[in-house]
Amino acid sequence: MIRSLSRIFFAEWRKLRRPTLLLGTLGAVAFFSILVSSFLFLLIDSPQGNGDRGVQITREMLALPSGSTQAFSSIGNLLGIIALCVFAAQTAQEYSLGTLRNLLVREPGRIRLLAGKLASMKVFAIIMTLVGAVITIGISYLLAGGKDVSTALWFNSEGRLEIAKTLLNVFISIIGFGIIGMVLGILLRSPISSISIGVLWLLIIENLVGAIKASTLNWLPGYQLGTIATGGSPTVTYTHALALSSIYVGIAIVIATVLFTKRDVAN
Amino acid sequence: MPQLAIEVQDLSKKYGSALAVSHANFQVPAGTICGFVGPNGAGKTTTIRMLLGLISPTGGSGQILGEAITSPEKYLPLVGAMIEGPAFYPALSGAENLRVLATLGGFPLDRVDTLLKQVGLFERAESKFKTYSLGMKQRLGIAAALLPNPQLLILDEPTNGLDPEGIQEIRQLLRNLADNGTTVFVSSHLLSELELISEYLVMLRKGEVVFAGPMQELFDQQQPFIIVKTAIENDLTKILEIAEAAGHKAHVRDGVAHIEGPAEWAGTLNKLAFDSGILLTQLAPQLPNLEETFFEMTGEQK
Repeated sequence: MIRSLSRIFFAEWRKLRRPTLLLGTLGAVAFFSILVSSFLFLLIDSPQGNGDRGVQITREMLALPSGSTQAFSSIGNLLGIIALCVFAAQTAQEYSLGTLRNLLVREPGRIRLLAGKLASMKVFAIIMTLVGAVITIGISYLLAGGKDVSTALWFNSEGRLEIAKTLLNVFISIIGFGIIGMVLGILLRSPISSISIGVLWLLIIENLVGAIKASTLNWLPGYQLGTIATGGSPTVTYTHALALSSIYVGIAIVIATVLFTKRDVAN
Repeated sequence: MPQLAIEVQDLSKKYGSALAVSHANFQVPAGTICGFVGPNGAGKTTTIRMLLGLISPTGGSGQILGEAITSPEKYLPLVGAMIEGPAFYPALSGAENLRVLATLGGFPLDRVDTLLKQVGLFERAESKFKTYSLGMKQRLGIAAALLPNPQLLILDEPTNGLDPEGIQEIRQLLRNLADNGTTVFVSSHLLSELELISEYLVMLRKGEVVFAGPMQELFDQQQPFIIVKTAIENDLTKILEIAEAAGHKAHVRDGVAHIEGPAEWAGTLNKLAFDSGILLTQLAPQLPNLEETFFEMTGEQK
């Protein structure tokens, strides 16, 4: 069992590590990391705000032990959308390219195949998270001095704990987004359809619904996952977001597993 | 190794109300090359998918290398397959595509180079799959099927897109594999190629097995025939009348009369045609061949 899982893991990793995918994804992560951390510090005195949706994040807030990860937790949603795209594409392409039949001939244990693929993609997500963390914290540290933001508390024991907590929260959030992408890939069997529907839902539908009726933010899956990355929001608590996301992701995994194991591979 | 590489009993697959494969029964002895033929839509690929555990039968049963097809994990490590053409990741090289499958199947990675040399792709091993010609993709598909050093090789149209030289190479490769004990189950529309290499044959028509057994047994059931062409096409009708008057079945297809009868009767026919003032431009006694038999048994038009 362990041996076959590791074979599936490394076979999937051969696909994930190809330079265009790995470097392209990390490039996108780097771009958003630099953009968000730069805005956070360079617009610190702007009356329009320097955070998400015009929120004002002051020097005092940035000087707290959690200040080093402020930018990092803010890009949780963006990293999640990148993960959704990668997981969806990696899963759906097996159907659209017809390669799933090759994989199933070599590994007929369908649940094992799904679990091994997911494990490999989780490692990919860990790399994304770490790269995002290093860049956002690094840029924040570099820009803090020029904007009179104290970094004295950033790397003491409390600061290091904040970094670890945010890393974990962003990672959980990214995996949640990724699993939803994987389920969309299995459901729709087309990379373009699964990515476009996933992104459309997260970026447009959830924002519209949330803007029209704010109480729906308590239930929208994308918002819950984003809230996990930031460690809670004014409208949704961290524990509520974590519990509800677990239910959503759990249901998604059951649907994906049933479909993947029971459906004929006829293309 | 069991005596039968493939054995199916009443194997069926229904999609909604359409029966793609209907109560198929056939056996393929181990160590032989078995051709799998039928017109498009006859159910060949559906049958192959059921044999590989990709789709579930709606009825019947089957065994591959002695194991039930409901437990594909027991026999697939010994089976190589290429179904419905080669399917690989376009952004990966040919070699890396094979490494993905070798890693997944737990096969030694150094086998990749050996196989790429065997199918004549070694020089282009590191080129991306998307840059390959159809023939090269087909060769890569065959290499992937050979990864497990299979006891049973299942190939769906392996010569698609290959040039005559490539077809000859694949024919030789399959012959060598069978000589070394591998059972080859191969579907193809190149009936003359199958006739050259196959000892066994399974023929499907509209989801039903119309023949399964040794190729020679199929030919023994068929009559030899004589092909006749006339200088004036209208004279073919007169040729049919002459043949039928002498008790031979005959029909015209593609401007040529096909008359069932032994080679010796060709001389008599020639004389009868001459006496009727018909000029023959071709008179060729033929032994039954797979192509003629296929059209005869499946009712397909040439």
